[in-house]
Amino acid sequence: MKLERNKRVKKLAVWTWSWVATMAIATFGPEFIWDGHVFLTTFAILVNLANGILMIRANRDLFNHFDELEKKLHLEAMALTLGLTVVVGLTFSLLDQTDLIPFDAEIGLLVMFTGITYMITLLINTKRYK
Amino acid sequence: MKNRIRDLRTAKGMTQEDLAEIIGVSRQTINAIEKEKFDPSLPTAFKMAQLFALPIEQIFHFEV
Repeated sequence: MKLERNKRVKKLAVWTWSWVATMAIATFGPEFIWDGHVFLTTFAILVNLANGILMIRANRDLFNHFDELEKKLHLEAMALTLGLTVVVGLTFSLLDQTDLIPFDAEIGLLVMFTGITYMITLLINTKRYK
Repeated sequence: MKNRIRDLRTAKGMTQEDLAEIIGVSRQTINAIEKEKFDPSLPTAFKMAQLFALPIEQIFHFEV
């Protein structure tokens, strides 16, 4: 069980890092490497998208290997994260639209919020069952 | 739900890690079941009953 778990965790880590790397290439490549070439930019974005899909598949494979308690912990964390992301994300967007905050509601901030929320809710949940 | 998993496991001289490996769950899950913080699924309960050679109702006891 542990060997299979490690294999799936490594697979997810590889796809996550390559997704981050292709995201960086697609973001900075047009400006610093290929000078805005349309074909190369489109290609880099498509490679990043394909990489992201493979990362999601690896994440699903890992999830399917979790036991019943782990699945419960992750599902609860996901439910809270999804709810908070939608509610806080839209509140953040409203604050931006009404100019109540002095900066733009960047999608990157929402992604960070999602990641941090998932981590915190998972930690709290794990502690509850210790 | 109350259970006798810890007693049965220690009587067999098994660690939580050993039991987790046999049942196919994590050690944390065995710990949560023993502390009665988490109720196992039916397949897990059956696997435990089979391992300890006891009927399920002698291992798990439902209390409202």
